[in-house]
Amino acid sequence: MDKPNRLWVIVLSFGVAFTLTAVPLPAWALAWRPAWIAMVLVYWCLALPERVGVLSGWAIGLLLDVLHGSILGQHAFGLAFVAYVSLQYHQRVRVYPLLQQAVFVGTVTLAYLLMMLWIYNLLGSVRYGLSYLFGALTTALLWPWIYVVLRDIRRRARVA
Amino acid sequence: MGLWRALSGAHAIKPLFINTPSATARFVTCAILSFLLISIDHANDHLASIRSALSVVVYPVQVLVNAPVEAAASVAGSMKSRQALLDENERLRQENLLLSSKSQRFLALERENARLRELLDSSVVFDQQVIAADVLAIETTPSSRQIVVDKGSNQGVYVGQPLLDAYGVIGQVAAVGPFSSTALLITDPRHALPVLINRNGLRAIAVGGDQSNELNLSFISTNADIKTGDLVVTSGLGRRFPAGYPVGRVKDVTLEPGDPFATVSVEPSARVGHTREVLLVGPRPPVLDDERVSSLAP
Repeated sequence: MDKPNRLWVIVLSFGVAFTLTAVPLPAWALAWRPAWIAMVLVYWCLALPERVGVLSGWAIGLLLDVLHGSILGQHAFGLAFVAYVSLQYHQRVRVYPLLQQAVFVGTVTLAYLLMMLWIYNLLGSVRYGLSYLFGALTTALLWPWIYVVLRDIRRRARVA
Repeated sequence: MGLWRALSGAHAIKPLFINTPSATARFVTCAILSFLLISIDHANDHLASIRSALSVVVYPVQVLVNAPVEAAASVAGSMKSRQALLDENERLRQENLLLSSKSQRFLALERENARLRELLDSSVVFDQQVIAADVLAIETTPSSRQIVVDKGSNQGVYVGQPLLDAYGVIGQVAAVGPFSSTALLITDPRHALPVLINRNGLRAIAVGGDQSNELNLSFISTNADIKTGDLVVTSGLGRRFPAGYPVGRVKDVTLEPGDPFATVSVEPSARVGHTREVLLVGPRPPVLDDERVSSLAP
């Protein structure tokens, strides 16, 4: 068997998540944009907790801050938190049925978005309403699909 | 269960338990680091170089997202009929004629203005370096009033550089990377712009409003001479924006009894929300030799 490293698959999945985050949407759909990057991060934390963890989450969050033009450190903290919670519960969550997993992911994303909302409203000048949190719902709804897709990719590419 | 089997089946030995105290320690370190970064970034712009370096990593994503928009535009361009192109060409030719006849007059006026200013011993910046840039179709944050343009420090863009479109002022550059830069729009509540009313020279400060396509004039006294429809232009005070560019028109003046200041809202002339091409205007040191001015004249 070849070397089961395949870091590029993980990097590519985050690249796709970044692209989906930056794609322009019509105004009504903006608030419903799923937290793609958080979703992909949760998946890799559950599947490969010894490779993707808090530090990777933090670094990716820093890049997200640059993409969003938000205060440096804001999303870094949020995604480090997402990675941390996923790591803490990964053994339990990865044997959950998909529906229960979706609830877990939705809750983590809600906590993450809530923290981002606080920091935005505390330090920024544009006020975001509670509609900022709608993304958590779409994230939970899309989770089973993302999970299956990423799992198949991981198996086929033999990422370990 | 299938996942677990796949995980344990592929490779014989895998740590069953992640060392959790280390994960907690890492998280605490990251949290402290994050709050340090947040407080530094909130207080001043010492982190601009870090942001600029990281923007290189993000740039491919921005280009990738913009690619379908670009492709759609080029497909639409190549699908245009010959007649439509001829019509457009004709229209542009007429427009060009009109503009060049205007600019002839402008050159004469510019020369006259320079002479008069020399008499008054005041210097003036005429010529300005202009960089045309495309707005990348990128979402930053929801309802955010920032745009990303495809020119960066490699093309000479700098922080604070004013952004214009064909109709007026759009914003100014807030962060620069080597290949792209982020600009803050004038409609952002964080943005303030020194302006004056073109009709009577009344000075004011235009601050971004709560609505996305609105500016407010701060500290206009209730008895100030200001009417709906007045043209608002940049005053050039503050030395960041060149003077005399249109900002917007006064949309509404509200006088609250007992309030010391009037509430004046301005509608921006530039198509702030939906423009694709912008101009980055940079000051150049004033060169006022007669030779150059006359060489510009037709």
